[in-house]
Amino acid sequence: MAVQKFPIAKAINESLRTALEADPKVLVMGEDVGKLGGVFRVTDGLQKDFGEERVIDTPLAESGIVGTAIGLALRGYRPVVEIQFDGFVFPAYDQIVTQLAKMHARALGKVKVPVVIRIPYGGGIGAVEHHSESPEALFAHVAGLKVVTPSNASDAYWMLQQAIQSDDPVIYFEPKRRYWEKGEVNTDAIPDPLHKARVVREGTDATLVAYGPMVRTCLEAAAAAAEEGKSLEVVDLRSVSPVDFDTVQASVERTGRLVVVHEAPVFFGSGAEIAARITERSFYHLEAPVLRVGGFHSPYPPARVEEDYLPGLDRVLDAVDRSLAY
Amino acid sequence: MTVESTAARTPRRAGSGGKRTSASSKSASAKSTAADAKSAGTKKGASARKAGDGQPELVQLLTPEGERVVSAEYDRYVADLTPEDLRALYRDMVMTRRFDAEAVTLQRQGELGLWPSLLGQEAAQVGSGRATRQDDYVFPTYREHGVAWCRGVDPTLLLGMFRGVNNGGWDPNGNNFHLYTIVIGSQTLHATGYAMGVAKDGADSAVVAYLGDGATSQGDVAEAFTFSAVYNAPVVFFCQNNQWAISEPTEKQSRVPLYQRAQGYGFPGVRVDGNDVLACLAVSKWALERARAGEGPALIEAFTYRMGAHTTSDDPTRYRRDEERESWEVKDPIKRLRAYLEAQGHADEAFFAELEAESETLGKRVRDVVRAMPDPDPMSIFENIYADGHALVDEERAQFAAYQASFADAPADAVAGGEVK
Repeated sequence: MAVQKFPIAKAINESLRTALEADPKVLVMGEDVGKLGGVFRVTDGLQKDFGEERVIDTPLAESGIVGTAIGLALRGYRPVVEIQFDGFVFPAYDQIVTQLAKMHARALGKVKVPVVIRIPYGGGIGAVEHHSESPEALFAHVAGLKVVTPSNASDAYWMLQQAIQSDDPVIYFEPKRRYWEKGEVNTDAIPDPLHKARVVREGTDATLVAYGPMVRTCLEAAAAAAEEGKSLEVVDLRSVSPVDFDTVQASVERTGRLVVVHEAPVFFGSGAEIAARITERSFYHLEAPVLRVGGFHSPYPPARVEEDYLPGLDRVLDAVDRSLAY
Repeated sequence: MTVESTAARTPRRAGSGGKRTSASSKSASAKSTAADAKSAGTKKGASARKAGDGQPELVQLLTPEGERVVSAEYDRYVADLTPEDLRALYRDMVMTRRFDAEAVTLQRQGELGLWPSLLGQEAAQVGSGRATRQDDYVFPTYREHGVAWCRGVDPTLLLGMFRGVNNGGWDPNGNNFHLYTIVIGSQTLHATGYAMGVAKDGADSAVVAYLGDGATSQGDVAEAFTFSAVYNAPVVFFCQNNQWAISEPTEKQSRVPLYQRAQGYGFPGVRVDGNDVLACLAVSKWALERARAGEGPALIEAFTYRMGAHTTSDDPTRYRRDEERESWEVKDPIKRLRAYLEAQGHADEAFFAELEAESETLGKRVRDVVRAMPDPDPMSIFENIYADGHALVDEERAQFAAYQASFADAPADAVAGGEVK
């Protein structure tokens, strides 16, 4: 019973259910999360089982959702809010950056604001504008926030449990194009720490670092590379703030090469931070400069060309080839 | 009001109400003949007074001359006030003003980096602040020094952020007085969320969100009004309309009187004489009681005036005239309560003299505490960023400590217990 196979969306639903059952202070709130069960059905059935007082359909106002969640947290609640899509978080960005992130410090530690903000993110679903973006770096840049993103069902379940239990605000990015990919979830397991990176495939020639939706892309790239006789190690970063640089460093010092992959634009993206830090830490182990694969410095493009914008297997392997050519 | 403005000056139809003038245009009001027409959402009583210059009615219990006005609607909220209570309200306002004046002086002397003075708004803050119960929760802006006083917050704690030794620093749960919020309007959503939590808990506490006239233009305030109405949250929005958002008069924020905004959200709005401590107390009690009774939010517009600059960095001579300030001098909140106390024989010279001495003692204490306020330890930069810790913060803290220790005269000596040269 403890081990079940769930799609990622269902694993998140189960995790929310577990949290709602375990702690009467946990609330789920957002647009359409109640009767509809969310536009992706991630909160399906929760309002029916826990009532409108705990699974709250909110007015259509993102700043209001996050701002009232802060107030609820100050009253002792643990709100888990849903922002319907990545591109809709910006009306709430002020509340997140100027209030949520800083309130604990402003109060010299005397108040805590344990708010979790769930955001389905990333592209590849053929959506209209504002429904496919990857804004994680905009949050990782802000002290006071923690930013995590699972790549599989087990992490989706456990990392949300840990995010809800955290006394800090956590931005929990959900890889929306992987929502329906199934994986085993052991609800009795002892999970890895929330901010620990994980080597998901061992290799010797180069390290691929990815998170969220790009982990699967990198695993496929590694499998393809293996057929060509190249051994790629894949690290699932899992947490974008803080980053587990130790795990990345250890991998890079084994392989000597690093390619960072994310959907977000490369420019000033999380890959830049990882490249800089790993260059500092592992300068003499690197056989090649750290390379990055990601989105371009353009608005997220219309759906008919998003496959060209998004890093795919070939773009990843092209970067690997360039790294190996040094 | 006598504000010069380029804003629209023609009378217009307001919502479901009758004709009224634009917010505060002298020329418009001069032409208006129906300025005090009935409007929905207005609380009226015998005490309703014209604010002058075509402004809508406001609730007043004490005239600027200190005469008590009978109000069928609001008298009950101040009926049980004893002479001692009245003296206490007077004391609150005097002490608050003295504290505020000391802070302005400290800024001029370089002891504070900045100070937002509440001069002129004592009645609004003391009246509303004293209407709250201990278990109520208050979300201030950054100018609510009088409310802080009423909540029992040590006034010297308010000065840390303006001296630059912290960004707030008092325990919000110590007096149910949240930290000052600088981003305009943000706290109205926190207050609303907190009130939603109060309702979920089944408690009969209420929440007060303070805001200013400028804040009413913020989206967050609109969203707070929406959320509080939809969830029937026990929150009172106490808007001090001090006529100026730095250099912009209220007519740059709204084309209807601010209290009327409530109507569109489905809860009542009242304009009260913000320089009348009794009226502010009464109207706040009314709003808090209905919030406690599950009747949801209310908006109070305390019509007052910012007698000083926006902050010590501001220069009001660039945008407003002395005559305007003078017209508000005669409405001073402290003078009018003193006139009432004296006329009623509720206070004698000894009381006023004693209070004067007490306020001087407060001034001295504030001065001494501020001057002795130590700069924070540089390592405190890394404290309290996260409740559960963060690897990068740990790493940077260690790096910065090592960097500091690398200097020959490093505080490492002090840390190690050695003498600092």
